[in-house]
Order: sequence, then structure tokens, then C-alpha cells
Amino acid sequence: MGNTFPGDLKYAETDEWVRVEGDEATIGISDFAQNELGDVVYLDLPWADAGTRTIQAGDHFGDVESVKATSPLFSPVSGLILKVNEDLRDQSELVNSEPYGKGWMLVVRLSNPEEIKKLMDSAAYEEQITSRQH
Amino acid sequence: MDEHVDKAATELLHTPLYGRHRDLGARLVEFGGWEMPVSYSGIIDEHRAVRQRAGLFDVSHMGEFRIEGSDALALLQSLVPNDVGKLAINQALYTQLCLPNGGTIDDLLIYRLGETDYMAVVNASTMPKDWAWFSEHAESFGQVNLRNVSNETGLIAVQGPYALSILQPLTSTDLGNITYYHAEPGVVAGIECLVSRTGYTGEDGFELYCASERVGELWDAVLSAGRPQGLLPAGLGARDTLRLEAGYCLYGHELTEDITPLEAGLGWTVKLNKGEDFIGRQALLDQKAQGLKRKLVGLILRERGIPRAGYVIMRSNERAGEVTSGTMCPTLDQAAALGYVMADAATPGTQLAVEIRERPVAAEVVALPFYKRAN
Repeated sequence: MGNTFPGDLKYAETDEWVRVEGDEATIGISDFAQNELGDVVYLDLPWADAGTRTIQAGDHFGDVESVKATSPLFSPVSGLILKVNEDLRDQSELVNSEPYGKGWMLVVRLSNPEEIKKLMDSAAYEEQITSRQH
Repeated sequence: MDEHVDKAATELLHTPLYGRHRDLGARLVEFGGWEMPVSYSGIIDEHRAVRQRAGLFDVSHMGEFRIEGSDALALLQSLVPNDVGKLAINQALYTQLCLPNGGTIDDLLIYRLGETDYMAVVNASTMPKDWAWFSEHAESFGQVNLRNVSNETGLIAVQGPYALSILQPLTSTDLGNITYYHAEPGVVAGIECLVSRTGYTGEDGFELYCASERVGELWDAVLSAGRPQGLLPAGLGARDTLRLEAGYCLYGHELTEDITPLEAGLGWTVKLNKGEDFIGRQALLDQKAQGLKRKLVGLILRERGIPRAGYVIMRSNERAGEVTSGTMCPTLDQAAALGYVMADAATPGTQLAVEIRERPVAAEVVALPFYKRAN
């Protein structure tokens, strides 16, 4: 399907990606995930929680609504939510058009950087997706 | 993220157009035991193509039964609430199959194709139980020949304001002479078809029935003829958003064996006084006399969120009903739902709420359909 998986990101089995810069992690959903969902029309993200809420790896932090279905979002890492993408309030389609760019969802300050090692690199993620489809 | 992937490995049914869907890069999903295209270029894109230009749908998964013979009409009259006796040759009607308690076994179209020759078109997932129901009840009628022609029948739908201008160059039949809910045998792109002016999108359009081994050629011809006018292949995703905007029931959602056609707002298709008894008539008479306890309504969300089937509808702090279908409607550009509520909460203008992930989201009852095309 022409999915792309940038090599500088880490991936979760639940199809989120993580970009680590220092002690901060940016989180979004993969190109594969946005393709599966189809047109994203609304996001339920913890906008009110930026700067106050700490999440654990595996926590349900929001929901993405496509025309056809609702899908939960899970955090691949633990930490304080620093930022939630304000642009996604009114431009949910950015998740489809720029899943690794303007479609990012959260920035988290990592409380346990070791968790990153448990995530997949792009090759492992791509392999996992291929095996899911067959 | 996609629960359908695993199921695809088990034995799903395919229409004769399956290979074409794959070649077109369609996203495929399981639907009622069939592996069908949910979208090609994107649901919103396909939805808009149908509203503004045209879309081409594979609906070959639907079931078709032929009912022929001097008792065909009597059998049909006994099975459905609408009045099949009113049909002229080449005319169609929309109706249901009801249980004795009035619950809905399926909704269907019935065409009268000849003096004593009828065709019923039923939903794909319910086809086996419908066929059993027809077969069982046909036994008490002498002169009726039933044939299940589902496998040998292909069906595509060409829907949208350009449907007629796309199809007309492919046939010598004057399509403008076929009025809504009428059909005519004709040759389209060299293929014998039943050309029916029907659809499930709220737009003008045609449904073309042909032999299943030729539906591929027909699909190719319509796609080639339509592309220059902006026709797109469209999947079940757009079909669902289009029918929801048009306020049409989808079996398994707005209609089930626990819901009567009266509750679903289909009273206009229930002819209690057609002069012949039918299965479910007494229950529907009683329900009408007692008044409906719940009714199908349209809801528009007044706050942000997307309603989905199964979500609870609240009035103040009291449960008022349940959503049966809901999505972000591309033409309305609003989140909308169909659902059942207590009869006293069903008046347009009533302020309700849909519980979305334990949060009440304001919604207003509106008159159906949500969308009606300008003529």
C-alpha cells in the first residue's frame, strides 16, 4: 500500500510511533494505521491535560475517529504529557496526510527511557505488519 | 487495529468483481460473510463523487430470488406488508419480511417482471434465512416456482447526478423513460441487463442486474465511460454514509428481528388494509392501535464527537434509547446518527445527549432524511 516507516522512529504493536529527542518523546500513529483507518474526522485527545497528567506505557490516552470506526490510542511510553497537538482539534485530516509530521499527537517527558528499548525499529515493525496481513 | 484481517483468512465469499477490486487497490473488509471493498480512494472522496458526479458500486453480493407462477402473487402478498398487487409489470416496491410478532426478518425490493413473474432482492447476510423462509411458505401454495438465482446474478449500482448521462451512450434503451422504482430489460455495453432506476444513496441512479459471468465486462464498460465525467468506484463505506444521510435503514442496525417496520418509520410501506392477510399483520395492527413505544429518529450532534452504533441516548439523566448507526456525514459536514428513542422523545427539536465514552454529548432530534437532493 506504499506505507512508509521512517528509520529514526520506534513503533508499538498498537501502531503508534515515538520520536525521541533528549528526554522528550513525540507520539503519533503510523502510516499503516492511518491507511487502515481511512479518513480521520475527529480526535479525542487529552488537550486539557498538557503539563499536568502523567501517563504510563500502555495507557489509553485518546481516540481517533475515522468515517467508519473508532480506534483507541495507547501511549508506548510513560511520562508527563507536555504538549497535545492543538492543530488536530480542527484539522484531524493531518493524521492522514502527515502521520509523522503535522499529525503528531502528544509530547511526553520520558519518566522511564528504558521503555524505548522494548519498542520495534522500522524493520521489525514492517515485518510485523506484513505478517498481520497474511 | 484492523480486526478484519484475521477473519479474511477464513472462508469469505467473493463476488465476480473481487479481482477487479484488488486491482483497483481497494481496502477490503468482511461484510456479512463476504469480503467486499470498503473504499478505493477514500470514503469521503467517494461519497462526494456520488453526490456531485457519480459512483460505481459492486452489490453483487445481494441475493435474488425468482418467484413465478399463478400463485406467485398470493405467496408474496402473504409474506410482505406492502401491497405487491399494486405493482405494474416493470415496477418495483420496497418492503420487508416480518415474523408473526412483527419483527423484521429482512428488508427487500420486489420487482414484477411479467404477468406472474417476480424477483425479490434481499440482503447478502440474510439471504440464507430469507431463502428458507420463502421456501417453507411456498409449500402451502400450489402454482409457484421458486428459484434462488443469487449466484448467477451480478449487480452493480451507478449512482449520482451523472448516472444517466454516463449510461445512456452504452444503451439504446431510453433511460429517461424509466421512472423511479421502475425497471426495463435492456442491453448495456452489449450485455443483457435489467435496468432499474433504484438505489441506496439518496441520489438519482440505476442498478443493473446481469448474468454474473458478464458483470465484470459491464463494470469495466461503465467505469471507462464514467471516468471522464468524474465517476469513481465506491465501496461499502461510502454506501453507508450516503444511505445514512438519506435516512435509509440498514438491516442489522435500524431493522432487526426485534424491530418492526412501524417502529422504523416505514409505516408508508405497511399496507394493513391491502385486503389480504400477511405474516405479522395482527401484531402490526395491535402495535399501531396501542401506539409505538419507541421510534427511529435522526440525531445531529450539537457538540463535538462521533456517535456510533450501540451508544446510549440520554434525556436529562434518564436513558432514552440507543444509537443504531452513526458517523461524520460528509455532505452534512456534521456528526449524525440514527437511533431508537422512547416515543415521547422522538419529536424533532427534542434535546438529547449521546453518551460517548461516558461523556454526554448534546444532540438534537431532527426530521429525516438528513439529506434530500434538490430536483
